[in-house]
Amino acid sequence: MADTPQRPVARTRPLSPHLTIYRWPVTMMTSITHRATGMGLSVGAVILAWWLVSISNGPEGWQGFHAVSDTPVGLVVLFGLTWSLVYHFLNGVRHLAWDLGYGFAKQTAERNSVLIFALSILGALAIFAFTWTGHGGYLQ
Amino acid sequence: MSTAQTPLHKVQGMGSSHSGTGHFWHERVTAVALIPLSLWFAYVMLGLAGTSEVTALQFLAHPWNALLMGAFVCFTLWHTYLGLQVVVDDYIHTAGAKIFLMLLIRFSVIATGATCLFAIVRIAAL
Repeated sequence: MADTPQRPVARTRPLSPHLTIYRWPVTMMTSITHRATGMGLSVGAVILAWWLVSISNGPEGWQGFHAVSDTPVGLVVLFGLTWSLVYHFLNGVRHLAWDLGYGFAKQTAERNSVLIFALSILGALAIFAFTWTGHGGYLQ
Repeated sequence: MSTAQTPLHKVQGMGSSHSGTGHFWHERVTAVALIPLSLWFAYVMLGLAGTSEVTALQFLAHPWNALLMGAFVCFTLWHTYLGLQVVVDDYIHTAGAKIFLMLLIRFSVIATGATCLFAIVRIAAL
């Protein structure tokens, strides 16, 4: 027993209070969402690879991709990726502004957090509305 | 003062973290590069939405578009690698699991990038 006195201590060491204790400020939400959208976009990069390969495989490849992407689940995933990219883009620009020393004031940071959530949802909706109203496909 | 540090280790000034600001800086450089590239990517995705594979083929076969798509893929995956590395650093605290996940992320990112670049070259050669 007394041979390894440090063993049980390592498991029971106290943690300072964090996620479960404090009220979640909106800046915390934007920080966590930035990480979550980044992880989601990592999966999106694999889907981008699949899309490029499907194009290189000619008509059958293209149809194979669209057989999945045109389903309701596929559209939900694409909408999620669209919103993630818009969000990560906007909040990423804010991170670069922070690196330059701008936007740290408490009120500014909170206002910008709400603004980024709102703009990212509006941006993703606008992108989908743009194509659904027939304005997409202008590269044809 | 006597020290166990080698002169090289001392002049590098990295301490126990083994690295300096390189990771932070590369994350920022790739982020800045991705601002115009992401806007271009969004323009392309909207422009190709609802078209046929012929349109996508012809568009990506154009040298400038192939180069821009290649740059977008490279910077995206480099940025992805740096970002996922931070996630592992933050949440995984055992050396074995950490090395395993770091290798998995690195290999996955390289495999995804190689696949994208090969597809882009193949489209241009079709």
